[in-house]
Amino acid sequence: MSDTLAIALRLLAVFVVFLVFPLVIGQTEHKVMAHMQGRLGPMYAGGFHGWAQLVADGVKFAQKEDIVPAGADRRIFQLAPAVALLPYLLVLVAIPIGPHNAVGQALDAGIFFVLAVMGVGVLGSLMAGWASANKFSLLGGLRTAAQLLAYELPMLLAAASVAMAAGTLSLPGILDAFHWWWVPWQIVGGVVFFTAGLAELQRPPFDMPVADSEIIFGAYTEYTGLRFALFLLAEYAGIVVLCALTSVLFLGGWHGPFGADGLGWLWTLLKTVVLAFGVIWLRVTYPRLREDQLQKLAWTVLIPLALAQIALTGIVKVVIS
Amino acid sequence: MTLAAASHGFLSPTGVEIAFLLVGIATLGAAIVTVSSRQLVHAALWLVVALGGIAVEYLLLTAEFIAWVQVLIYVGSVVVLLLFGLMLTKAPIGRSPDADSGNRWPALAVALASAAALVWVVVDAFRTTWITLDGVQGSAAVSGRSLFQYWVLPFEALSVLLLAALVGAIVLSRKGGDTKGAAEGSAKGAVRTPAAPVAREGQR
Repeated sequence: MSDTLAIALRLLAVFVVFLVFPLVIGQTEHKVMAHMQGRLGPMYAGGFHGWAQLVADGVKFAQKEDIVPAGADRRIFQLAPAVALLPYLLVLVAIPIGPHNAVGQALDAGIFFVLAVMGVGVLGSLMAGWASANKFSLLGGLRTAAQLLAYELPMLLAAASVAMAAGTLSLPGILDAFHWWWVPWQIVGGVVFFTAGLAELQRPPFDMPVADSEIIFGAYTEYTGLRFALFLLAEYAGIVVLCALTSVLFLGGWHGPFGADGLGWLWTLLKTVVLAFGVIWLRVTYPRLREDQLQKLAWTVLIPLALAQIALTGIVKVVIS
Repeated sequence: MTLAAASHGFLSPTGVEIAFLLVGIATLGAAIVTVSSRQLVHAALWLVVALGGIAVEYLLLTAEFIAWVQVLIYVGSVVVLLLFGLMLTKAPIGRSPDADSGNRWPALAVALASAAALVWVVVDAFRTTWITLDGVQGSAAVSGRSLFQYWVLPFEALSVLLLAALVGAIVLSRKGGDTKGAAEGSAKGAVRTPAAPVAREGQR
């Protein structure tokens, strides 16, 4: 009985993280962007620093009418936000936040599980883009697919390099094998992984699929109310997952200069938050890449870099063993 | 000849066996809808269900690694490629009048023949072997060891075959005198879509 209870508690904890963290990231994005770009809007609601902006957004989304366009494919249109959001909930189950089995569920091939399920989320955008019966949405869906095809490969290769270094596919196992000098050793792979992850989430500067100046909001153009909010939530959940994964794979997760045993989860959290801040910072500072630049970056820069990283990992691994 | 299940009995199936059977039926149903649906994108999405069902079957057989690779390659990449191709060419909402091929009876015959061949090979290979699923049969370590110790030659032969297919696709996609986008060309060749990504590159 206590086993069942323990599993239920773990899943509950993961679910709470899934509900809370994306909202925190969303709120942070409002505030950071407001500070960096001198935006007045998000700093107004509720008084001090516009703390009530998130609540106001929630109320706004909840009371908007849920519209399905007349020409749309009704069922797929309505299903798409769930397909976009749920994979990130599943991924969170496998990400360890601290030592001694502080993970929703330790998986033997965790790294593959995480990458596989993250790829499924993109199907939601494709479904939305096609089912909306809107030219802009279709273009957005097409760009999403092209982007995913280009960036899935460098992401996988970079992750494979870490798995090679650790000699295991399990995420807690990788962290058990971690040493501080892995950070400089795997840094190229880390940059490739993070960049490709950003592109997979369609975050600026890789937000061509939702480029508002060209195709309104890409695949999500026809969505209103809560379904639209779910897509936004999926984006923020994706940021949480990507940053947590990058910190686990490349920055040593719960390892820190001190207090790794008791405060390990705090290190994971700190690294994740710093990376998430970086993601937001990139959004405010960098212009959007053009579609051909996007493809070129993936095929001619990231993939060769990832392959070079794998070669380096292999050489070092052979030399030290 | 004795039956594989003779020592364990058919009449007291475990929960895993029941789940395996139910998921199998659901997978088969999704696969049939995939080939019989007249709505192209719906067919592609039912294919996701069928491929996901197969991944669940792998999981029930404790082949965790194979299951995740199945999701990663087929659901995450192949279906995305399929949808990409469909959106580029012709995927109307609603029924496609020309979704039925005249070749459907030969196709059915080929499908049945290959299914029969596969079933025969598996039955012939394992006959009365009983494999206990204790959690280590299909882990990444076990799969990797058997793949690279005992099956390394077929593995390499397959990779050469795939390389040949890749090169062939690039050659085919370059035939029209257009030499741009060779990397995307390989993807295009696989689903036989026209050269639309290159056209999009010209939009700038």
